[in-house]
Amino acid sequence: MATASIAEGAAEGRGVYRALAWRRLLIITGLTLALLVSFTVDIAWGPARYALGDVVAAIVSPGSVTDKIRVVVWDIRMPMALMAVITGAALSLAGAQMQTILANPLASPFTLGISAAASFGAALALVLGVSLVPFAGIFMVPLNAFAMALVATLIIHFISQARGVTVQTVVLLGIALVFTFNAMLAFLQYLATEQALQSVVFWTMGSLTKATWEKIWITLAVLVFAIPLFARHAWALTAIRLGEDKAASFGVNVRRIRLETMLIVALLAAVPVSFVGTIGFVGLVGPHIARMVVGEDQRFFLPTAILCGALILSVTSVVSKSILPGVVFPIGIITALVGVPFFFSLIISNVRRSW
Amino acid sequence: MVSIALDNLGAYYGRRLTVSAISTPVFSGGDVVAVIGPNAAGKSTLFKRIAGLLRGPGRVAVTGTDKGKRAISYMPQDTSANAVLTVYESILLARKQGGGWAVGDDDLALIDGVMSAIDINPIAFRNLGELSGGQRQLVSIAQALVREPDILLMDEPTSALDLHRQMEVLSFMRGVARERGMIVFIAIHDLNQAMRFADHAMVIEDGRLRGVGRTADVITTALLRDVYRIEARIETCSRGLAQVIVDGVSPKLAGAGRVAPALAEAELTPALAAQ
Repeated sequence: MATASIAEGAAEGRGVYRALAWRRLLIITGLTLALLVSFTVDIAWGPARYALGDVVAAIVSPGSVTDKIRVVVWDIRMPMALMAVITGAALSLAGAQMQTILANPLASPFTLGISAAASFGAALALVLGVSLVPFAGIFMVPLNAFAMALVATLIIHFISQARGVTVQTVVLLGIALVFTFNAMLAFLQYLATEQALQSVVFWTMGSLTKATWEKIWITLAVLVFAIPLFARHAWALTAIRLGEDKAASFGVNVRRIRLETMLIVALLAAVPVSFVGTIGFVGLVGPHIARMVVGEDQRFFLPTAILCGALILSVTSVVSKSILPGVVFPIGIITALVGVPFFFSLIISNVRRSW
Repeated sequence: MVSIALDNLGAYYGRRLTVSAISTPVFSGGDVVAVIGPNAAGKSTLFKRIAGLLRGPGRVAVTGTDKGKRAISYMPQDTSANAVLTVYESILLARKQGGGWAVGDDDLALIDGVMSAIDINPIAFRNLGELSGGQRQLVSIAQALVREPDILLMDEPTSALDLHRQMEVLSFMRGVARERGMIVFIAIHDLNQAMRFADHAMVIEDGRLRGVGRTADVITTALLRDVYRIEARIETCSRGLAQVIVDGVSPKLAGAGRVAPALAEAELTPALAAQ
């Protein structure tokens, strides 16, 4: 620092940075390939055994295979496999942005009660036929789920904005919300007819078996709507991780981006929940793995979190069919069994250090 | 050339007007302005108001720049960040704010230049969480510089730095201000450094301006007694630099209520003993 001049610096930093960026692109490519493999296996795997070649043929040119294979592949397995990918992506994206905005490593739709709220909203429609949104029509269940998820999200948002509220307070608040909405859900179950009860119970476990093409398109539409909105704010969202003051000093409108992000998160978390039930921990684990492999530059973190969530749920879907031959376990049970130890390890391993 | 003047400026913090009636002469490109005053005097609030991050009455008159909002950059006091980002990325982030996803060679060249200028290349690819307080401060300075502002507001940029680094950073900023025709405001507690590196000084106390002008005219023994409540001399050293030599706490202090807690404690002690 002999002179004050900011001359062209050594190219060293530039080179290392470019290499780092390439490595991250490679990781994203690798995850995409892994997801394709997992997706294909998910379709190929099932109670009826078909050769991988036949399954691939059924996907690529449906006309070239028998009707039976075509129906099994396109009407049963494909919707489930796609729903796993899209749901995983949506929940992981929601979790990633909650963690970013709340500066809270334990935040996810499941841990902070947004999934529970969405479940309650959906159950209101299923059990009592109550619509929280006027003229909801056939979208009554997802819109109810969204409305309740929005309520929970806004509660968390505004309380976390208050002065002196710590990361721990928000987590405890989330737990309180989980308990509250679960209690209200239990009350609805108590009131429910036997038939409605069965569908509510099945769906609190989280299962892909109810996936239909219509549900897939709606969930995909939400994802396609959310991604560009987050992508547009990639630099700003990354800056928020440096602290509110710092982000503001970079010209980021922190309040607006926070609110906007939380609204999109509510949508991302609510819609899949209303279709496939509560699938926990994907929204927690996906972003953490993404952060570990590519860091928190949103340009890389965003796609990686999406891919990680999609891959986790796709693999879990394969696992749920593999435990007992001919039986498809509700996927939510498996994600919870795998996710809970991960959640514990996050809490115990001095979260602040690794985060 | 860029210039700035504050005209009857005030700032709301929440609903309270914590800073008010601040007017200054025109500062122009190349000027280094030390902003001094006791803790909680309102220096940070004033900076945030100038940077447009807080609302309030009055006007910040800036001329001679075409950078709009980006002309003024505020560097907040050191905040510890635990984001999983490298130093390099965190500086890139400051540079690319509001821009597209693509990172050009010119962006990276600028970052490399700033990093070598303040000598932080060795920590370029460390994670932010691994940095010491002083390193974080240097990273903040780099983040402010890559935004290429015309007016830079630095909130205690040297508070966590050792003497060597303080000298480096302040003389570097002094040089950058002159070389680029930038106006640099530095909130600083070290009055000797202020006298050494700043052309002008502004004194803030309780949200009001107590004095503004050439540094040597503003930092006086009277000021030290009235604002800082210390007894001190300002003497010229053998190399011709003015130095503040602190003799002790001003006796006026006892009347000012600042020692009150200690006195109260002395009075309380017998009462406590009696319990």
